[in-house]
Parts: sequence; structure tokens; C-alpha cells
Amino acid sequence: MRSLCNSVFGILLTAAAAVVVATPARSGEAPAPEASKSLETLKKEYRRPTAVPFPADNPFSVEKLRLGQQLYFDPRLSGNNTMSCATCHNPALSWGDGLGKGHGAGGTLGRRTPTILNLAWADLLMWDGRKSSLEDQALGPVESDMEMNQKLDELVPKLAAIDGYRTAFDMAFPGEGITLANIAKAIATYERTVVSGPAPFDRWIAGDESAIGESAKRGFALFNGKANCQACHGGWNFTDHGFHDIGLPDEDIGRGRQLPLPSMQHAFKTPTLRDVARRAPYMHDGSLADLKAVVEHYAKGGTPRPSLAEEMKPLTLTAQEKADLVAFMLTLTGDAEPVPLPTLAMPVQSPGL
Amino acid sequence: MRTLTHGTAALLLALAALAGSAAPGHAETVVVDQVGKKFSTPELTIRKGDTVTFANKDPITHNVYSQSPGNAFDVKTQKPGESSDVTFSTPGDVDVQCAIHPGMKLRIHVGN
Repeated sequence: MRSLCNSVFGILLTAAAAVVVATPARSGEAPAPEASKSLETLKKEYRRPTAVPFPADNPFSVEKLRLGQQLYFDPRLSGNNTMSCATCHNPALSWGDGLGKGHGAGGTLGRRTPTILNLAWADLLMWDGRKSSLEDQALGPVESDMEMNQKLDELVPKLAAIDGYRTAFDMAFPGEGITLANIAKAIATYERTVVSGPAPFDRWIAGDESAIGESAKRGFALFNGKANCQACHGGWNFTDHGFHDIGLPDEDIGRGRQLPLPSMQHAFKTPTLRDVARRAPYMHDGSLADLKAVVEHYAKGGTPRPSLAEEMKPLTLTAQEKADLVAFMLTLTGDAEPVPLPTLAMPVQSPGL
Repeated sequence: MRTLTHGTAALLLALAALAGSAAPGHAETVVVDQVGKKFSTPELTIRKGDTVTFANKDPITHNVYSQSPGNAFDVKTQKPGESSDVTFSTPGDVDVQCAIHPGMKLRIHVGN
């Protein structure tokens, strides 16, 4: 299906060349670099939002949240009843799995498991952006024979056989009951509430100068200046929700399979840096063991190739500057609030007399 | 050439609606800026044969493209300060995005 879509797009691009005329890019006045902003202006750009956004076609309700929490942690959503969403997106591991590559019913997957932290603000989902919303994404891993391997046409009767779920769906979706769309909506509602906790960095930008060390403060200046990390990791969530080729030397073309433009070859979604110290190993392929190795990768500038992001350039960073960048990222680890686990719905039992 | 802000685009759309149809004349060039990871207007009405200049006013790289049938295009990566012209020859709605920042969306209505 995916290759068919790519072929169709290729045809469209070819056909459109006859009617659309694009002129070569021409130079103009370049905007001022980020480094020229004052520290106080920069801090304002990193303030946490005060509310979680929910879409109009799936508004928040407590009933949906409670149901979605049950579904998220329920291994009965997998074909052999052993894997839940939380198996790979484990709250104890910063909503990831701590592995270099994900692992599911079909064995080892091709990419590292991304965290689900702060996805309420995302534009597209998955490393390659192939899902357009959390509702669109929720059942993908459930159905995938490589992951949870649950036949979707058997999932609704499977849940309907559990009394507690019938009640929970009736409360969350009055008059609709258990449907695949409602399963996805409930899981998406729960996922939107998974938000990283306030971190020392947040206390610093709120005015507490003692919240982070001097090395981390220098790291923040580098992040927004000489190292230019903010070009893709700027803002409170430390992601532009965008897609970039950062020059990792693997064969995976990432976003290029979904959107076959030259710039999208080897491009992957920018991950959040919130709680990043808790999610080693790093990158879409899990190839870098720690944050120091990540900084070294960016300092070298990545594998040169036509799709390499313009922002990827070799950097001249001293050992102290590299350490400052890591020290800064360590201040993004939020307060570790315990994540409540649901009591799962079970079939009603009777004494049988 | 005219540069559109959100407000002026809305005004033009309203005027177009009042007029019922676009007045005949030569092809125009409309400038749409990319600034703050947004297009300067979310919606735009032009006529067949008009040109849109996509100007990158951000300090980061953008890549404007469309997959809309009949008007698909890819201006490829634009560094800060660069501009690209795209002439729209087929009537219809064109959904334009930045490939790098998919939250950037613009719909262009191409009239006859």
C-alpha cells in the first residue's frame, strides 16, 4: 500500500511539472540569527503551556480518560494477551522501552521505540510521520503482526466479552458502545494527558537562579547560539515536530518513504528533549549510547549527502562546551511523579449455584 | 506584486466573494511569507496563471511543496532569506505545506 501511494505521488509530480513553473530560489535579506535574542526573550520562548490541547472531534472527558488508561495498560489488546501499549511505551522508562530497537510479537523492529511524552502537541506521529493523529495511530501497533499482533475484527468482541469494558464504553461513549474508533479515541485521550513534569530548567526560566548550575546555563546559551540546537529542538517541548536528515549513517530513508521529496530522504521526526536523560540509547536507530555521544555526532555534522539538513554543519566545540550542552539537557528531567496504574476490567464471576 | 498578511488575505477573499468572480486582467504575483514556522496567511485566492512567491523570512530552512493533483510542486529547501516562485496553471484547491515543518499549512484557491 505504501509503495503504491509513493508511485501515485511520483506520477503526480511528473504530470505537474508541465503546468507548474517553479523558479530557482533567490537570495534575499537573511533574518537575524537566534543568538541575537536576549536571554530574557529566549526564556519566554521556553515557558511550559498551561493546558493540554484536545481536538474538537475527540474532546476530553474523565470517562474517556479512565477507559483509555485501562486500554493502554491492558495486555488483552494483543493477540496472545501478553503485550499492552505500556510494554513498549513504559512509564517507568520515560514512556519508552530502554532498548536500541523496539521488540514486538514478530521480533526486533527497525527503529527505536519513541516516547509518547507530550504528543498532545504533535502534528504527525511516528518517526516517519505516517500517522496524522493519536487517534489514527492508536490501533496501528495493536494490529501490526510485528508488534501486538491483534486482529482488529476480533478485538471488539474480545472486549465486549468483558463486562467492565461494556460499562466503561457506555459511560465514555453513550449510545455508541465498543467500536474500533472509540477504542482509539479513548487511548488517544489518555495519551494526551501524558505530559512531562516541571523540571529544574522550568524553575530557572521562572526566575530561580539556583535551580540549575552555571555549566547548564552556558549550555542553554550554546543550545540557542553557537551549537544552534534550537533550530529543530527549540520551544518548551524541545521539538519543532518536524522532519530532518541529521546524517546518521544507516540505510533507513525514514520520512522519504511517506513523502518522496529530496529533502525527506533519511529524515526523521524531531523527538522531544524533555526527560531525555532517562531515554538512552538515542536517535531513531538507537545507535548512540549516551548524550555525550549525541553531542559528538552533532559536532561532527553528520554524514554528508544531498538530503542532509542545512542546519547540520560541523561545529567547533571545546570539551567544556560539549559538557555544558549535556549539563543543560540534564536539567530537562522533570519531577518524577508516580504514574497511577488502573485496575483492569474483568468478566463478572458468579458462584455458579 | 503584493504581500499578503492574514488580514489582507481575508479582505481580498471578502472582496472576491462580493464581486462574485475575479476581474479579468493580467497574471499577478502574490507574496506569501514563511515566518515563525507559519505561512503569513492560512488561505489565499488567486487566478489561473498567477504566481505565488514563497519567501522564507525565518532563520531556519523550509521546504514548501504540494501534492494536490494538477498543481503538485516542490520548491526544495529554502535557506533563510530565499524566495521561490510557483505559477499555478490548474483551477482548483491546492494544499500547500512545509515538508520539514508539517504544521505549516496553506490552502490556495485557484480560480479560472
